[in-house]
Amino acid sequence: MSGALTGLLDKIKLENGGLLEALRLVQEHEGYLSEQSIKQISEHFHLPQAQVYETGTFYSYLHLEPVGQHVIRVCESAPCHVAGAAKIVAELERLLDVKMGDTTKNGRFTLKFTQCVGQCQGSPTITIDGEPYTELTPEKLPPILAAYQ
Amino acid sequence: MKEFRVALRNAGNIDPHSLESYVAAGGYQALDMARAMNPETLIGEIERSGRLRGRGGAGFNTGSKWKGAFKTPADQKYIVCNADEGEPGTYKDRAILENDPHTVLEGMAIGAYAIGASEAIIYCRAEYPHVAGLLRDAIAQAKEKLMPVSFSVCVGAGAYICGEETALLNSLEGLRGEPRLKPPYPTVAGLNGMPTVINNVETFASIPVIVEKGAWWYSSIGSVEYTGTKIFTLSGDVVNRGYFEVPGNTLIRELIYDFGGGVADGRQLKAVQVGGNSGAFITPEQLDTPFNLDALAEIGASIGSGSLFVLDDTRDMSEIALQTTRFFRDESCGKCTACREGVRRMSEYLERFQNCCAQEEDIGRILSLGEYMKAASFCPLGQSVPVPVLSAINYFRSDFEQRIEAKEVALYVTC
Repeated sequence: MSGALTGLLDKIKLENGGLLEALRLVQEHEGYLSEQSIKQISEHFHLPQAQVYETGTFYSYLHLEPVGQHVIRVCESAPCHVAGAAKIVAELERLLDVKMGDTTKNGRFTLKFTQCVGQCQGSPTITIDGEPYTELTPEKLPPILAAYQ
Repeated sequence: MKEFRVALRNAGNIDPHSLESYVAAGGYQALDMARAMNPETLIGEIERSGRLRGRGGAGFNTGSKWKGAFKTPADQKYIVCNADEGEPGTYKDRAILENDPHTVLEGMAIGAYAIGASEAIIYCRAEYPHVAGLLRDAIAQAKEKLMPVSFSVCVGAGAYICGEETALLNSLEGLRGEPRLKPPYPTVAGLNGMPTVINNVETFASIPVIVEKGAWWYSSIGSVEYTGTKIFTLSGDVVNRGYFEVPGNTLIRELIYDFGGGVADGRQLKAVQVGGNSGAFITPEQLDTPFNLDALAEIGASIGSGSLFVLDDTRDMSEIALQTTRFFRDESCGKCTACREGVRRMSEYLERFQNCCAQEEDIGRILSLGEYMKAASFCPLGQSVPVPVLSAINYFRSDFEQRIEAKEVALYVTC
């Protein structure tokens, strides 16, 4: 973990959500939460390493393994399911030549399932790096992905 | 039919990025009015006359909750807004916050004054990063008006269970988002062990109007035991998927056909899941039920988050039941055995119906596991897992039985 990041952590107050904020910041900076960064966060805040690890492993938006440059999340909650999420999954797997849960060989994209992202007026939905794309059809995917190439 | 907007009164009429725009629409007047009142009078107004019941799903009387925190002596008290909306089919809190962040801040500031809190925190789900940004800008703009209460935004990290209020508190404290045993209730020992009021976005958004127009005005809207309005969101096989705010005596039929424009593609209605993924399915025969907490409870359903997931006559309820269960399987926090293990077994049983290996006995297994999970799960998440599944079997048992018969046919053909 870089010195610049230690500087950023200095600005975070631990109380009232500070640890989640710190984990997210480090993840944004490093791409994922490595064993080394978990250790350094725990030292910075004088918390047991086990607690930081426990928290880090609980939340689906925190990654303890490396992920691709862009994370694509496909909503599989019931409203997206009935709207045809399976077709979106099949097309994404075909276009990126990767299975759900995996990262493309060039490290560009990681494909994940997620639960409801709160865009049910426009199902089926995916998000890329948190940005929602709604009312999808397989045909709409190539230009969306091209913007992230 | 027309909407009746209270929480959404400014949506589309003001610029959500501008404090001036909110003030020009009468914003922050209610905060001044509230601060001119004695806190006990203010709480009494919300509690007795308004009978505002929490819009997050549980429907607890907001004034009573505030009174609990007000009466607990402490050096530090907190007011927390639950913006961890995560029920599938629900996007009402996003609709409020995207359109009018200040009304939520104002509602929270009124609550903070009422209970004597100096800190206000909004817990916003990770899926709404733009909303967190909008809120932070709004807080910076309204800092003077909100003083002496200090406001902050905490962004979650993708965990449905954090919408449960005690799990939310644990998450704020940097822990895993697992629910706590109640009592003590958060109004007695909440965030950092201090009295804490946690209300839903929609509840806070209604507060400024109740203060300004008076509780009697508010209680004249809706039904007797569920006064005021409720936002509902439409998803699934319905023509207009969108959000609307209506009085609590509006019929579900009107929500689907008048506001929603009916079932999509000219099909027939098969079922509606009310209140999100944890809600029961209801049938077309039950559509004349008013959209409020008590009326829905009478038919074994719940208003929950206020979502309506519409399903047409081509849908197989055994498949939908599996999908609702998979949601909980992914979101169970793992704290208690009944939920952690139960939801996995439930998914496996339901998968059998999709994989053509279900037996007649599996329906019985699902029913008994469901009863066990309702009784033995630690928090509402685990207790909710069986609700959609059991109602699907109750009303649409033939969808499950056909899957058993389908297996026999399949075996006959392949052998």
